[in-house]
Amino acid sequence: MSNLINVSPSPHTYGKETTRKLMFGVVIALLPALFTSIFYFGYSAIIVTSASVISCLLFEYLIQRFIFKKPISITDGSALVTGLLLAFNVPSNLPVFIIIIGSFVSIAIAKMTFGGLGNNPFNPALVGRVFMLISFPVQMTSWPVPAGFGTGYTDAVTGATPLAIIKEGLKNGESISQLVTQIPTPAQMFLGDMGGSVGEVAAVALLIGFIYMLVRKIITWHIPVSVAGSLVIFTTILWLINPEKNADPLFHLLAGGVLLGAIFMATDYVTSPMNPKAMIIYGCGIGILTVVIRIWGAYPEGVSFAILIMNAFVPLMNAYLKPKRFGEEVKNG
Amino acid sequence: MLRTFPVGGVHPQENKITAVSPVQVLPVPSSVAIPLSQHIGTPAAVIVNKGDKVKTGQKIAESRGFVSSNIHSSVSGKINRIDSVIDTTGYKQTAVFIDTEGDEWMETIDRSDEIVTDIKLTSEEIIKRCLESGIVGLGGATFPSHVKLTVPAGKKCDVLIINGVECEPYLTSDHRLMLERGEEVLIGVSIIMKALKVNRAMIGIENNKKDAAGHLAKLAGAFNGISVHELKVKYPQGAEKQLIKALINREVPSGKLPLDVNCVVHNVGTAFAVYEAVQKNKPLIERVVTITGKSLSNPGNFLVRTGTPVIRLIEAAGGLPEDTGKIISGGPMMGKALSSLDVPIVKGTSGIILLPRDESVRSEIKACIRCAKCVSACPLGLEPFLLMTLSEKGLFERAEHERITDCMECGSCSFTCPAGRPLLDYIRLGKSNVIKMARERLVKQ
Repeated sequence: MSNLINVSPSPHTYGKETTRKLMFGVVIALLPALFTSIFYFGYSAIIVTSASVISCLLFEYLIQRFIFKKPISITDGSALVTGLLLAFNVPSNLPVFIIIIGSFVSIAIAKMTFGGLGNNPFNPALVGRVFMLISFPVQMTSWPVPAGFGTGYTDAVTGATPLAIIKEGLKNGESISQLVTQIPTPAQMFLGDMGGSVGEVAAVALLIGFIYMLVRKIITWHIPVSVAGSLVIFTTILWLINPEKNADPLFHLLAGGVLLGAIFMATDYVTSPMNPKAMIIYGCGIGILTVVIRIWGAYPEGVSFAILIMNAFVPLMNAYLKPKRFGEEVKNG
Repeated sequence: MLRTFPVGGVHPQENKITAVSPVQVLPVPSSVAIPLSQHIGTPAAVIVNKGDKVKTGQKIAESRGFVSSNIHSSVSGKINRIDSVIDTTGYKQTAVFIDTEGDEWMETIDRSDEIVTDIKLTSEEIIKRCLESGIVGLGGATFPSHVKLTVPAGKKCDVLIINGVECEPYLTSDHRLMLERGEEVLIGVSIIMKALKVNRAMIGIENNKKDAAGHLAKLAGAFNGISVHELKVKYPQGAEKQLIKALINREVPSGKLPLDVNCVVHNVGTAFAVYEAVQKNKPLIERVVTITGKSLSNPGNFLVRTGTPVIRLIEAAGGLPEDTGKIISGGPMMGKALSSLDVPIVKGTSGIILLPRDESVRSEIKACIRCAKCVSACPLGLEPFLLMTLSEKGLFERAEHERITDCMECGSCSFTCPAGRPLLDYIRLGKSNVIKMARERLVKQ
């Protein structure tokens, strides 16, 4: 028997959670949305998702291998999550070369230039997405109409998203009651039967993922609930003021990328605040900015921009919003 | 809903392997090494010499100053030498080495099994007896009990809180004590109430010890003012401030003591020791120690004389397993890893845990992913990730501003970190530097 015993400071026991388990937990939570998108957009969803995942992993590997010259950590799952989220944020008919460019921007520019996992100020998948949106506006805003497994890839029939229909219609002087016939019903939107990005359409699938992540304690409720809550409150006020000019809150909640953003993008560990108080303010900021961009901005959708803008405030919030310290104020019961 | 403290905390695997093992008496060892500092405060001063004969329970070192404690011989025999010994903290300190000869007790000690219920001593006499008998807090901090029984002028105490939480995994010594010596524990609680002049005592027990809580609750019916409360299992509920928050919803301010919110906390083990000191005139020379580990053949709870080398206890539990990788004195969350098997059991030793080799190495340190799990785990509302970074970079002034000295080193942050980061190690480094800085400021003034 070896006489060597280990002497180290406490604690001597550790929890079972690891970075890899957390990341793969997020991947599992994304699976329902992946399956529904395959159900609606067919094999093109598989092409887009695999192109994105493979190129994200490859870029991370190449940079770690040849530039950082440090141990390769692509198995930690973080590039996999970025790849999935990037794919979930683009139309299912996006050409592969654009996805590869987006993956490069996400991994090489938004993540690795800052030092890799844990150091990037902005959500890598969103940086990639916004880069593609600005560089390839046509391809990034032509949305295939869901047609099941028969949906073509680059030859898919495209149509406008519900948000774009409303935005265009209002611009042309139509009222909400006239436009409502052109958009899907709330039930269709809840199940995902509408035009949109690969992973954002099915609210139900995203909510299943949300519940899974809450139960597994991967994320807390603070950010998703404050994003959705502030968005609902803000749009309710606008809707009550003028229901002919402003869509109802349920529409705003189910259309576009609010749920994908609130549940999976805004909760990105690295780029979100570190304590509940700051998380709620950050979430409310995202909700309100999303509505501002949707209603008064140039784009029909604003979740990505809202999250990136709030990402910029995270260091400030971490510095000035502190958790309530134990024994800070004396409250005697 | 069961009560608990509201912020932070973790739930490590409980591993209370020895919860069903009744307390056995460990045979008196052939020699003991009794350290002079088994408490917080000034070490005691030796009053015996090499070659002297001592009896079991005889005072061998006297307390110096208010925050100090008497030390008694745990065996009868001849003083071999007064020399240094490596204690549980890993540092050397002076100890009295005694070679055992028979087991002859001091005549003043009542060794009968009879339970004495009548409390004859007055409040002042109780405090004096605790000082005389070397009673210290047995929950782990080993703060001299007579100090905590003395309410300073200007402060008042309206409730006594008894800590039967035992929130550390593996440990079961308090659990067995409550089950087997419940009545004595409750008499001890009544004695402490008399000393503090309070008429209300609350015993907090986590509900993974339902049998002990039920047993004490049944017995408590015969005692005035003592109530038993089950608490939700959550570490570190046995920490004084967290227990007070959980039971009576008072928040001890940063840097203050329980008396500042009008209460005092004592451990159940201390209550038992107070009973023995006051009713039986028996000094603190033995205690229940849990010896446990997944690979041990005969883990259990033993009544051990202070000064007994750890190896004697391990032998009684079936010998050192082949795969031992770490030996811990105390719980796995806050205990100390031992570097030698000759370390003596002291008043504050609640358990000895043998971890198998695969559980005794830390995982690889990965990058912080800013998941904020350490922030949610901290029971004191601190930001461990930030304190670690500040300590790592030597920014101790900012660490002080972020209240690094509030940290009680419970280890919840390191426990919970998915990236295996040594948060608490760096916080300790920062804390010691901040305390040094504060001292230097005081000197300058």
